[in-house]
Amino acid sequence: MQLNRDDLLRAWREMRTIRAFEERVHTEFAAGGIPGFVHLYAGEEASAVGVCMHLSDRDVIASTHRGHGHCIAKGCDVKAMMQEIFGRAGGLCAGKGGSMHIADISRGMLGANGIVGGAPPLVCGAALTAKVRGTGGVAIAFCGDGGANQGTTAEGMNLASVWKLPALFVIEDNGYAESTASAWSLAGDPVKRAEGYGMPGTRVDGRDFFAVHEAAGEAIERARKGEGPSLLHVKLERFFGHFEGDAMTYRAADEVARLRAERDCLASFRRRVTEAGLLDGAALDAIDREAAALIEEAVSEAKAAAFPRPAELLTDVYVSY
Amino acid sequence: MPKKSFRQAVNEALRQEMERDPSVVVMGEDIAGGMGAPGEDDAWGGPLGVTKGLLARFGRGRVLDTPISESAFIGAAAGAAATGLRPVADLMFVDFMGVCFDQIFNQAAKFRYMFGGKAKTPMVIRTMYGAGFRAASQHSQCLYPVFTHIPGLKVAIPSSPYEAKGLMIQAIRDDDPVIFFEHKAMYDDEDEVPDEAYTIPFGEANFLREGEDVTIVAIGRMVKFAREAADQLAREKIDCTVLDPRTTSPLDIGSILESVRETGRLVVVDEANPRCNMATDISAQVAEQAFDALKAPIRMVSPPHVPVPFSPALEDEFIPSAEKIGAAVRSVMAAPARRAA
Ligand SMILES: Cc1ncc(C[n+]2csc(CCOP(=O)(O)OP(=O)(O)O)c2C)c(N)n1
Ligand SMILES: [Mg+2]
Repeated sequence: MQLNRDDLLRAWREMRTIRAFEERVHTEFAAGGIPGFVHLYAGEEASAVGVCMHLSDRDVIASTHRGHGHCIAKGCDVKAMMQEIFGRAGGLCAGKGGSMHIADISRGMLGANGIVGGAPPLVCGAALTAKVRGTGGVAIAFCGDGGANQGTTAEGMNLASVWKLPALFVIEDNGYAESTASAWSLAGDPVKRAEGYGMPGTRVDGRDFFAVHEAAGEAIERARKGEGPSLLHVKLERFFGHFEGDAMTYRAADEVARLRAERDCLASFRRRVTEAGLLDGAALDAIDREAAALIEEAVSEAKAAAFPRPAELLTDVYVSY
Repeated sequence: MPKKSFRQAVNEALRQEMERDPSVVVMGEDIAGGMGAPGEDDAWGGPLGVTKGLLARFGRGRVLDTPISESAFIGAAAGAAATGLRPVADLMFVDFMGVCFDQIFNQAAKFRYMFGGKAKTPMVIRTMYGAGFRAASQHSQCLYPVFTHIPGLKVAIPSSPYEAKGLMIQAIRDDDPVIFFEHKAMYDDEDEVPDEAYTIPFGEANFLREGEDVTIVAIGRMVKFAREAADQLAREKIDCTVLDPRTTSPLDIGSILESVRETGRLVVVDEANPRCNMATDISAQVAEQAFDALKAPIRMVSPPHVPVPFSPALEDEFIPSAEKIGAAVRSVMAAPARRAA
């Protein structure tokens, strides 16, 4: 699929917004303003954006505990996300979900997820809806290297294949599940696992937005044509700890600095589009400033926003009861 | 006696039992951590550092990191227990029971009965529970009533570091599957904990305070809140008995009944959601067996029938507090004495 100038600007804006969002959440968490468990997506932006650029609101994604990037790439409101993370009433989930449960069904975002392996079966259901109702939509499960080892993921892949669902399983392999290396925990090869379930599997370098975008495009087109599910094994990097507060002693001393220098998908994108003369630095810088301003506003608004009223504790358990 | 944290108490129990019995192994996600990674081994020692140091002493052969495959490793613990090991498996958060429950309740729990008394399944599942961490709906539940419901499982819920060590050693030596609940907000609580190994028998409630007006039964972290409430109530001249069942299966209903027969009033405090929880179970047993002794309706202090919310503003409202316990006790004291029929 050809990317025109607007597409490239959009890709940059989304990746930049995710990066700025995560860098800021990192400092706000350290300052003590954000409660709970927070897992940051910085370093992995090209995966979420490279995949979600092919999607519209009729398509559904389901995410992981590391979900902020997927939410932004799928069009969730950034300010409402920030309020959610701060536990405010104006949050995307009214302050009830928090970082691990941000969702916006109206945008086809079926939720970040606190349960590793939660997404793949749900995505089979979303794909089934698309198939039965003939919407032409596809459904995509994002899943970590750790999540790839859940039974739910294995079952989901088999079911998607048997039912020939318009689905895609994106295994985001950032090298670790908590402190455990994927080189150890992921037996065999995810691409071969896909083959074992009778679906195409492709490995792709998550530093390279264009590679992700192209591979995802092929898989999504196949799904839309009714040819069934696929798997992408995206190799990428996590720039922060597993969660905010993780001392990361299991990583090599200079590892993160080296990855930031050598394996940054944003730097790689910028180099590629400027060197090829597709976009000029000034256009990118302008977007950087806008993204920074958006995040600044999102944070100051979130901090000033009201907490939910105590009575909200009891609302929305059921539709009716 | 030395002061130790809840975290240290559990760690010490595991270490001492692993020293004593070579068939004890521990397993779980990042239970040591750093598996296959370039940095430090034993980088985590479990998500909250409870098992830190076991790797250095016992090695990877007995301290087993696992992939994120609870169904497989919890089931493996059950299979290993039935065939000669004493595994202690870490189901990090009890909320994750959802992905592996079959191995617990259809397999481990039922071997002994289904196999006509021929099997033993000496396994422990350590697991974190409870609200207060801003960890939201999928990382904050109690769920021990679900395990208590299953015949064949034992359920221990320590209320202090001292209790944690003694109950953990008992759990490891016990020949039945034990689900061992650790409240995530209690790891830094400190208490006097003996250095030597000791056990606390299952099914024996602990009387933490004796008073003649009201019996308060509280579970896990709620014991602390119940004691705070009782201190305040004593200043108001209401004397409470505070009773910690320690295990919900087996449950020492005898001690609860005995106390209610003395006080005539019962308040049960349970952090689990209110339908079919320990409070309803204990209340039903007391109503059935000691109705004649009750001077006032039983009161239950539990959160509402809702998932645990994320926002601090809502979560604080959700969790039972010393104030809510105090109010319940005052209300049973104010209830008109029941006339004999
Ligand atoms: C069923 C379940 N088991 C364990 C956990 C605890 N946990 C949360 S994130 C995580 C690691 C996930 O690793 P991976 O899938 O590679 O995703 P990453 O964090 O690297 O993005 C674990 C073990 C969980 N949330 N749910
Ligand atoms: Mg990972």
